Amino acid sequence: MQVNSEFKPKIVAFCCNWCSYAGADLAGSSRLSYPADVKIIKVPCSCRVNPLFVLRAFEKGADGVIICGCHPGDCHYSTGNYYARRRMTLLFSMLDYLGIEKGRTRVEWVSAAEGVKFSTVMNNFVSKIYQLGENVKLGDLRCRK
Amino acid sequence: MQKIGVFVCWCGSNIAATVDVAEVVQAVKTQPGVAFATDYQYMCSEAGQSIIKNAIKEHDLTGIVVCSCSPRMHEATFRKTAQAAGLNPYMVEIANIREHCSWIHKDKNEATQKAIILANAAVAKVNLNAPLVQGESSVTKRALVIGGGIAGIQTALDIAEAGYEVDIVEKEPTIGGKMAQLDKTFPTLDCSACILTPKMVDVAANENITLYTYSEVEQVKGFVGNFSVTIKKKARYVKEDLCTGCGECMSKCPSKKGKDEFNCGLNNRTAINIPFAQAIPNVAYIDAEQCIKFKTGKCGLCEKTCSANAIDYNQKDEIIEREYGAIVMATGYEPIKLDKFDEYQYSKHPDVITSLELERIMNAAGPTGGTLLKMSDKEHPHSVTFIQCVGSRDISGRGKPYCSKICCMYTAKHAMLIRDKYPDVEVNVFYIDVRTPGKNFDEFYRRAVEEYGVNYIKGQVGKVYEKDGHLVVQAVDLIANKQLVLDTDMVVLATAIEPSKTARDLASMLTASIDTNDFITEAHPKLRPVESPTAGIFLSGVCQGPKDIPETVSQAGAAAAKVIGLLAKDKLLTNPCVAHSDELLCNGCSQCEKVCPYGAISYIDKEVNDHGVRETRRVAQVNEALCQGCGACTVTCPSGAMDLKGFTNRQIMAEVDAICK
Repeated sequence: MQVNSEFKPKIVAFCCNWCSYAGADLAGSSRLSYPADVKIIKVPCSCRVNPLFVLRAFEKGADGVIICGCHPGDCHYSTGNYYARRRMTLLFSMLDYLGIEKGRTRVEWVSAAEGVKFSTVMNNFVSKIYQLGENVKLGDLRCRK
Repeated sequence: MQKIGVFVCWCGSNIAATVDVAEVVQAVKTQPGVAFATDYQYMCSEAGQSIIKNAIKEHDLTGIVVCSCSPRMHEATFRKTAQAAGLNPYMVEIANIREHCSWIHKDKNEATQKAIILANAAVAKVNLNAPLVQGESSVTKRALVIGGGIAGIQTALDIAEAGYEVDIVEKEPTIGGKMAQLDKTFPTLDCSACILTPKMVDVAANENITLYTYSEVEQVKGFVGNFSVTIKKKARYVKEDLCTGCGECMSKCPSKKGKDEFNCGLNNRTAINIPFAQAIPNVAYIDAEQCIKFKTGKCGLCEKTCSANAIDYNQKDEIIEREYGAIVMATGYEPIKLDKFDEYQYSKHPDVITSLELERIMNAAGPTGGTLLKMSDKEHPHSVTFIQCVGSRDISGRGKPYCSKICCMYTAKHAMLIRDKYPDVEVNVFYIDVRTPGKNFDEFYRRAVEEYGVNYIKGQVGKVYEKDGHLVVQAVDLIANKQLVLDTDMVVLATAIEPSKTARDLASMLTASIDTNDFITEAHPKLRPVESPTAGIFLSGVCQGPKDIPETVSQAGAAAAKVIGLLAKDKLLTNPCVAHSDELLCNGCSQCEKVCPYGAISYIDKEVNDHGVRETRRVAQVNEALCQGCGACTVTCPSGAMDLKGFTNRQIMAEVDAICK
């Protein structure tokens, strides 16, 4: 697949405060690099991520959205990540149906101790987005010329 | 319209070397709402904080963004700074341009552009921030310590000494933990029991300490200052208040085939048992699975023997509910199971033992009365071979990737003790590296080599096998670069240690973070090493990472100090970032109530004024003292009535917009 060297993807990563945001901090303090295309938004829990936020990101031109939370069973709020997992499974199927390929969306569990995993996950995700190329903005096709 | 100040930190060269801070300042100035922007070498310093305070006053700022390190590091600092200048502390947002930007990117332009976007996102968010006020909650002035090893004992004693009540929950019938099983301790070679048992007695004697032995934590509810814990006290079938610990029952008990756990299963114990002579409490318990009375209904010898009438076969498990302000995890460790290390013949040959088993053999109260004997024929060995790093520093997946930290030192101790007591015994130690950081540790190891003539051989053991009635060790000597085949009588495996099996379940109950090796994660690896990220949960001892006794004791004291600091407060400030329902939008569907893990949402009938129409509606109401601010309800709410303060839908959307611009 041809990779457009000019293409700079916009990637939104929602990270829960207790595990994944701390995991990203650990990746930082361990100097484990991943592409600068990833921008992190802190949320208290992965269950705070409203499907509307994901839709909003794609509507505004995001090329990929990843949601990171605590491992199943380790949620700071006991059950939040289970809600996130169910909601996102449904949402991602719907987005796939709308033309936003499954590779552009992902849910990952990264604990506060997994700096290495955070960096690996982001590197994999970004390279997948590079493969898929620029996203078609989510919008009403009828309004397009 | 907000008037926002943006403060970009250099963090010395940590940020400034990869991010052009001046460019970030120029870029954010164009953002809506930004009234002031500047940069400084160290924003967190006194001088940096003054810059922020002065700017807030001078420019009448209504919100600030600090572009600096992670909010986990200095969000609290900058909130205090804002508060000192008269600004609501929740009008502060942090753009993490160090951990999430400068430290992970090398290209300066790329990092600068990312920093600008992160700053813009924070500005977009703070534009929508609203002042929040912290609530107050009470503090139950009692602490719970889970685990009664040296870590739990020290923490409990220190808290009790400060005048607060402490409960210890220990799953075994006695406190003491692993330290009670040890013979001598490095690097001083003083006897473990001699320094531990007085502390155990202190625990029993302290009026502020309540002991729950043979007990387990079943359930934990609540939050910092207000935990509610269910403890299951397993039936001992012996009345604790009547038993005098005389041991008469043990001498009469006919069921003698139980594995003595305290002696690592090297010998047998009776069904009614006191683990060791100095047990606290010095009270017997009956192993119901082994007891003839429980299995057949006949026997009852112990009941007949007991002059104190302490035996009670009908005793039931007891459920105890207690309230606590703080909880300390001190769950300790276990040596790993060696079933994946067949090459050492551990499960097949009785003369291949673990280091903890050797501790019991060397101990005067142990199965051999302190005489070094081969377990196979009870004969004196002429050669003992130690193998280090069995399962430690193992990246093959069979063992543990980390260094168990204590094995180098205890192996030196064992080698020295054997050579001291039995100069005729040849001692070889196979090692990968000898690690001896610690006060007087390297001196100790050198003594083992130089004064006691222990042979240290750098190299790994490939296999151990039996030949002509004795053991053969096949290994490589890396320094001499040759294969070795050594005859030996005993092999001692320095087995890796892992967190207690109970740690993971407890961590889930306490919602404390845990790492992939089941060690409990600390709030900050350097600056908050004894606290869990979950408020009110503290860490003591090996549950946080491998430690020797001096380190465990110092960490236990540190955890106690943190607990005392918490219990000394009469009121705690609560997190104001809680859910809030817009009663005009709420349709009373109860969806939010169902997903709330804290039972913080209830429904009330309330008279509302909906654009001039007055009517009584069933609406959701959030109990702010119970809400922990996860946000599960906000997403579940079908009508968009539920929102989370500090992380509102509009705030997060504004961040998304800024990033995708």
